[in-house]
Amino acid sequence: MQEQSLRPGRVIAASENKLSPQYEERRRLLGGIVGTAAALFGVRATAADKAVQRLAVPPWSKQLGKPVASQPYGLPSHYESNIIRRINPGLTTTSESSVAFTPLQNLFGIITPNGLHFERNHNGLPEVDPYRHRLVVHGLAKQSKIYTMEDILRFPSVSRVHFLECGANSAMEWAAVAAPTVQYTHGMLSCAEYTGVPLSTLLDDVGYDAKRAKFILAEGADAAGLTRTLPIEMALDDVLVVYGQNGEMLRPENGYPVRLIVPGVQGVSSVKWLRRIKIGDQPWHTREETIHYTDLMPDGSSRQYTYIQEAKSVITSPSGGQQLMDKGGYYQITGLAWSGRGRIKRVDVSTDGGRNWRPTRLQEPIMPKSLTRFRCDWSWDGAPTLLQSRCIDDTGYVQPTIRQLREVRGTHSIYHNNGIQTWQVTDSGDVRDVQV
Amino acid sequence: MYAMSRFNRRVILLAGLLVPWTGQAAPWNTLGRAITADEIADWNIDVRPDGVGLPKGRGSVAEGQIIYDAQCAACHGTFGDSPQFVALAGGIGSLKTSTPQRTVGSKLNYATTLWDYINRAMPFNNSKSLAPNEVYAVVAYVLNLNGIVSADAVLDEISLPQVKMPNRDGFTLAHGMRSVHGKPDVHNVACMRNCAQEVKISAEIPPDFTQQMYGDIRAQFRQFTLQDQGAAPSPSTAAGAASAPELLKANGCGVCHGRDQGIVGPAFTDISKRYAAVADASAKLTAKIREGGSGVWGTAIMPPQSQISDVALATILNWIKSGAPSE
Repeated sequence: MQEQSLRPGRVIAASENKLSPQYEERRRLLGGIVGTAAALFGVRATAADKAVQRLAVPPWSKQLGKPVASQPYGLPSHYESNIIRRINPGLTTTSESSVAFTPLQNLFGIITPNGLHFERNHNGLPEVDPYRHRLVVHGLAKQSKIYTMEDILRFPSVSRVHFLECGANSAMEWAAVAAPTVQYTHGMLSCAEYTGVPLSTLLDDVGYDAKRAKFILAEGADAAGLTRTLPIEMALDDVLVVYGQNGEMLRPENGYPVRLIVPGVQGVSSVKWLRRIKIGDQPWHTREETIHYTDLMPDGSSRQYTYIQEAKSVITSPSGGQQLMDKGGYYQITGLAWSGRGRIKRVDVSTDGGRNWRPTRLQEPIMPKSLTRFRCDWSWDGAPTLLQSRCIDDTGYVQPTIRQLREVRGTHSIYHNNGIQTWQVTDSGDVRDVQV
Repeated sequence: MYAMSRFNRRVILLAGLLVPWTGQAAPWNTLGRAITADEIADWNIDVRPDGVGLPKGRGSVAEGQIIYDAQCAACHGTFGDSPQFVALAGGIGSLKTSTPQRTVGSKLNYATTLWDYINRAMPFNNSKSLAPNEVYAVVAYVLNLNGIVSADAVLDEISLPQVKMPNRDGFTLAHGMRSVHGKPDVHNVACMRNCAQEVKISAEIPPDFTQQMYGDIRAQFRQFTLQDQGAAPSPSTAAGAASAPELLKANGCGVCHGRDQGIVGPAFTDISKRYAAVADASAKLTAKIREGGSGVWGTAIMPPQSQISDVALATILNWIKSGAPSE
C-alpha cells in the first residue's frame, strides 16, 4: 500500500525540498527571506511564499575554474572531508596496535576507495622500501627462492574482487550493543579489486613438496612479524600474493608493497608487508592463532583456525546515527552482503523487526567472496520501526540472528559475529543500533 | 589425443607419485633466485611447538626478571597483570567462567609460542632486539609469574618445548570454519511471513553514551544530506576572508598575470613598482580593472573585469600597493 506512493523515475527531491519542519517554520515567518543555502538553489514556491524565487546562478558557473592537475593526485571534494576512517574511542590501548574502521555509512557500490580501506596493524605501520623488500619462499621445496618486487610484478598476474573482513568485525556486539554507527559495528570490512600472483604459482616455482607439505606459514615484514598458518589446500586454491589494489599499488596501511589476500578468510590471514612463506608439515600455533583469533566457547574450549567468514549482511542506509529528514516518505534501503564460502544468492529485508521479510534487488556483478550490494524501496509511514537484513549464500546457509549465535557460542567468542543487525528507526527519524 | 598438456602430464605424475616434486619448467621459472639456508638464517625465526626453529641458548627466571623489569614491566605490569595491555599472568582456569582472562598462563597451549612472539615482536617499541639467551630468560620469568615453572628454572632449546602449559588441550579443531567446505554450527531459516511473533528490543545504547564517547555522531555523515543543518559554510567564509592570491585565482587573473612574471599582461610585481609613485594609483587601477584597456604595457588588451566585487578589488589593490608579496 505504501509502495503505491512511489513514483519510479521521478527526480529525487533536492535538499531544499526537504527542509526540516523547524526550518520550514522559520522560512514561513521570514516571509520568503530565506537562508543562504535555500536562496542559492531557489525554493519551490509554496503558498507561504509571496513571490516566485528565481534560481540564482552560483559563482562557480561564472568564474574560470582551476587548471587541470591542480591536484596531481586527486583528492575528494573538501565537502567530503568528514568521510574518513575512524578509530573507536577506547577500543585499544595504543594507536599502533589498533584498527581504523571504514565509513560504510558513507559509501556506494561495493568497492572501498583505497584511502578508506580499513586498517589493522599489530605493531604500527611500517614504511617498507620496495627496492630493499624481498619475499622468500622456502621450506619443504625443491629450491628455496628469493624474489625482488620486480620479480613479483613480472609473474603472470590476475585481478579479482574480494571482500576483506577482520575476524573481530562486530566483536563489540556479542554481549550487547556498544557502537552507534555501522562504521564501528561493521567497518572492519572493505572490498577491492586486488591484483597479484596466485600463491600457487610461487609454490610451484619453488617446487613445493606435494607429498609432505601440509601447511604454509605467512610472515609480515612489520615489527610484529605477524605470522599465520594456512592449510596447503587453501594456499593452493585462490590465495593471491597481491601488490595492486583498485588499480594502483597497495597503500602502506594495506601492506605496501606486497601482501597476501586469502579470499573469504578472516583478515588476519591476509598477512601484510609479506616477507616470507615457509612450507611445512605442521601448524605453527603462533600467538595470533592461540591467544588471539581463536573463538572461546561457553565450555572454556577455544576453536582454533576459524578461517572462514560465514555469510553476513548489513543495511548501510538507513543505519545507526543517521537522521531520516522526512517523517514518512520514500527511502531506499541499501546495504552489503558477503560470504566467505561463495556467492550471495539472496538478501531479504524486514522493516518490522523480523516479522515479515521481502527479497531485495542484488546489484550485478555478484562475485564469489566479494561484497554484493543490495537495494530495496521503502516507504516509511513515520512510525517507529526496526530494520534488518538477512542474506543467503549459494551453499544455502542463512545468516543467523545474534540470539541463535549466542545459543551455540555464548558471548565471549569475540570473533565471527555474523548476526543479523537491527537498526531502530524512532518516530523522530533517528536511527539507532539495537538488538532484539 | 596423444599430445598431453604440461598440466595433464603433471597431474599424471603426481597421481602416480612417481615424482614427489611439483614445478615443471615454466617460462617464468627464471624469475627470482635460489637462496641458501645460511642466507635466510636471520629471517628464518619461526618456532614450532615441537621446538623446531629454537636456537641454542639458555636463560633463567632470575635473569629474566632483570630484563623484564627494565623492558617489559612498563606496559605489562610488575607482575604481568596490567589490564592496560595484554595481561601476561593470571586467569588460569578462568576461560569457562563469565569473566574469561586470556593470558599466557590461561590461554597458550605451547610455551614455544611465547618464545616465538617475544623474539619477533617484543619489546613493543624495539622488536627483534633481544638475544636468544635474553628471550629464554624472559620466557622463563613470564612462565614463573604464572606459576608454571619454578623460581630456579632455567630454560633452553631442549627444556622449553617440554613445558606443559595449563591450556595444552584447550583448543579444538572440531568446527566448520577451517575450510570453505565446512559445515556451519548455527542455523537459521529464511522465513518470509509472520516469523517473529513477539519483537522486543533486548539491548540498546544507554542514553548519552554516544554523545559522551563519540561527540556529535551526525558529523560522521555526509553533511549535505542533513537538510536541517542550514547552509553549509562556504570555503572562503569557513576559512576567514579570502586573501588576494585566492581572489586572483578565483577571478582568473592568473591566466594573464603572474605574480613576478608577465604572461599576456604584466607581472603584479611590475604593476606594483610602476604605480608606487602614482598619486591616484587606486582610482587608475580600479578603472583599468573594471573597464579594461590597453597601451600602458603594450598592445595586449585587458578585458573589463566587472565581476570582481568591491571588497575583492580593494583586497587586490592593497596587495599590489604593498608590493604583491608571495605570502
